[in-house]
Amino acid sequence: MLKRSERDDEKSMNKKKTAFLLSMVLWGSGQFFICKQRLKGVLLFAFQLLPIIIELFTGYWLEYAQGLITDFSIRLHGGFFTKGIWGLITLGEKAGGRYGDHSTILLINGIMAVIILLLLLVVYIWNLWDAWNSAKYTGKVFPYLILVPIGIAFFFVVIMPIVFTFLTAFLNYNRDHLPPGQLLDWVGINNFKKLFTVSNWFETFSKVLIWTVIWTLASTFGTYFLGLFQAVILNHKAARGTKIYRTILILPWAIPQMVSLLVFRNLLNGQFSPINQFLLEHGLIRENIPFLSDPLTAKVTVIVVSIWLGFPMFMVMMSGILANMDQSLYEAASLDGANRFQCFFKITLPLVFKATMPNLIMTMAANFNGFGLIYFLTQGGPANANMQFAGDTDILISWIYKLTLDQKMFDIAAVMSVLLFFIVGVVSLWNFRRTVSFKEL
Amino acid sequence: MKKKIIAIIVNVELIIMSCIVLVPVIWILLSTFQANGVAGKLSVSKLTLINFKKLLSETNYELWFFNTLKIALISTVCSVFLIMVTAWVMSRFNFKGRKTSLLAMMILSMFPTFLSMTAIHTLFQTIGLMGKPISLIVVYSVGAIPYNTWLVKGYLDGIPKSIDEAAYIDGCTKIQTFRKIVLPLSKPIITYCAVSQFMLPWMDYILPNILLSNDKSKTLAVGLFAFIQGRESTYFGMFAAGALLIVIPITLVFIIFQKYLVQGVAAGADKG
Repeated sequence: MLKRSERDDEKSMNKKKTAFLLSMVLWGSGQFFICKQRLKGVLLFAFQLLPIIIELFTGYWLEYAQGLITDFSIRLHGGFFTKGIWGLITLGEKAGGRYGDHSTILLINGIMAVIILLLLLVVYIWNLWDAWNSAKYTGKVFPYLILVPIGIAFFFVVIMPIVFTFLTAFLNYNRDHLPPGQLLDWVGINNFKKLFTVSNWFETFSKVLIWTVIWTLASTFGTYFLGLFQAVILNHKAARGTKIYRTILILPWAIPQMVSLLVFRNLLNGQFSPINQFLLEHGLIRENIPFLSDPLTAKVTVIVVSIWLGFPMFMVMMSGILANMDQSLYEAASLDGANRFQCFFKITLPLVFKATMPNLIMTMAANFNGFGLIYFLTQGGPANANMQFAGDTDILISWIYKLTLDQKMFDIAAVMSVLLFFIVGVVSLWNFRRTVSFKEL
Repeated sequence: MKKKIIAIIVNVELIIMSCIVLVPVIWILLSTFQANGVAGKLSVSKLTLINFKKLLSETNYELWFFNTLKIALISTVCSVFLIMVTAWVMSRFNFKGRKTSLLAMMILSMFPTFLSMTAIHTLFQTIGLMGKPISLIVVYSVGAIPYNTWLVKGYLDGIPKSIDEAAYIDGCTKIQTFRKIVLPLSKPIITYCAVSQFMLPWMDYILPNILLSNDKSKTLAVGLFAFIQGRESTYFGMFAAGALLIVIPITLVFIIFQKYLVQGVAAGADKG
């Protein structure tokens, strides 16, 4: 008995090895010949053929093999993959003109080629793993069948642009090097060095970062607590006509933000601000308040407007929570001799806080990247000559936008996008890890 | 006595807050119906419709409007389909790489799309879709996947799996179960996704501005902003009129679907 099972073991071991070696050379052949899984084998083989066919069709390798091309170069005659990798490494050799190289297009083609090759590598490794395990994997193809097309679209539209941005941080892509006129080059971490060592850049960066943090905290907690306050008032027993008030107070959330912001920009406009005129006429102020043109006032204005826009969301959420609060808690507390303030601070507030904590952090992330608010209200202004293309109310993201579109400093903007990505990523990961859903994922 | 004072304070506070909220709203309403565009001097007595007439005759408002409507409708349908299918697979099937892809989506949803605008610009230039509405539809539909998948997955996790299993026992295929069981049960969250996706193109500025820069394919937000940029004082009335025409339907949609929107926001926070 024992001998027989040993022989079986040896037999299956040999089978494993043959399947593995076969699949190493021809994808899926182990599955096809040894394990008799025809469809899987053919599919895997198709994956091996695919890049070869693409490469041959997009390049001039066949002509080269026939000896038709004498001055062969990958730049002119390479296929999708070889030319893609060549482009990613060199970013072009011939500058300008109709026949020159376009560095950014080469870069994006290169990224595509590398991503596809990496995906194929994953398929290849899986193919080997599957052959080694005697093609045991049979079940669940269904989820992959659905997710693979979506995943491919996702790769191109979401992931590739992010990879492109990350790579731009290591290029000299700026005003002096604009494709198609000029070629780009890899410059290593020079851009990062520039941001942190050139004092002008570093000062602007730290100033903008500090203001971004202040802005994020002030606007988030401002909206949060005004929302809480308003929710408490709305749920107060003495409040009359709450339905009407609720509908009115929800308006800032309902009206598209861009419209409200442009309206505010005009209401607070320096020269003919209607608010200033009203206050002047009624003798409440002597001269115009520079709502958007004085650095400090502009900062306050931006925060106040963001609170105006943001509080209704918290108000609606919290008044839902307050209305559904367990009344027995309060009864128990008042039996124990707690007064109303104690009830509020010891029972209501902690419960509301716990329920809205994730929203608070999400709002914080949104405000940190609150481009629209700054851009439409002040456009980052008032301009500050001491800062590198940033105004006094510019937050990181609006500064990045300016550097990209107005100043064409794609490289520095990309460096900051990378930093931003890490800041937001770390915060949200931390937030995510402390929620329950991570464990039950 | 003390109770009365508190009651007065509470109600007065509500009135004051409502006024603060309403001032900008009323102001834009009034400036819409003013003949001279000058912001500031408003009179209730001389109301006209001239701004609407000018808006339709002097700008491509109608064209922008239908461009946006087309993009909004198509991207709503596409994105809701993609989101539902992805979330359903993520919620109901256990497969290798599921946890990793969920985590990756979560991190990626934190990266604002427009930070990669240079790349998106180059990408669509390379594949020749620059300036065509489909580019924006693709970006909106696919870009909506990460965040909303999380949201919908959370919702679907709350629907007991035994319902699906009963359907399988009765002989439903996977697709049938999805269509006949899962979709009808997730109406509230579908409403949320659809409404928020539909509202997005109307006021999004950055991406359309980069992708659809020629006048023929502009969306409303880009058209209106470009129109008012730098000449607020003279054209404000026309801008206000144009804005009002979108604000009214969107605000109504919002107030009608308020319940779902609040649920959606709360659910997103719960699971995200």
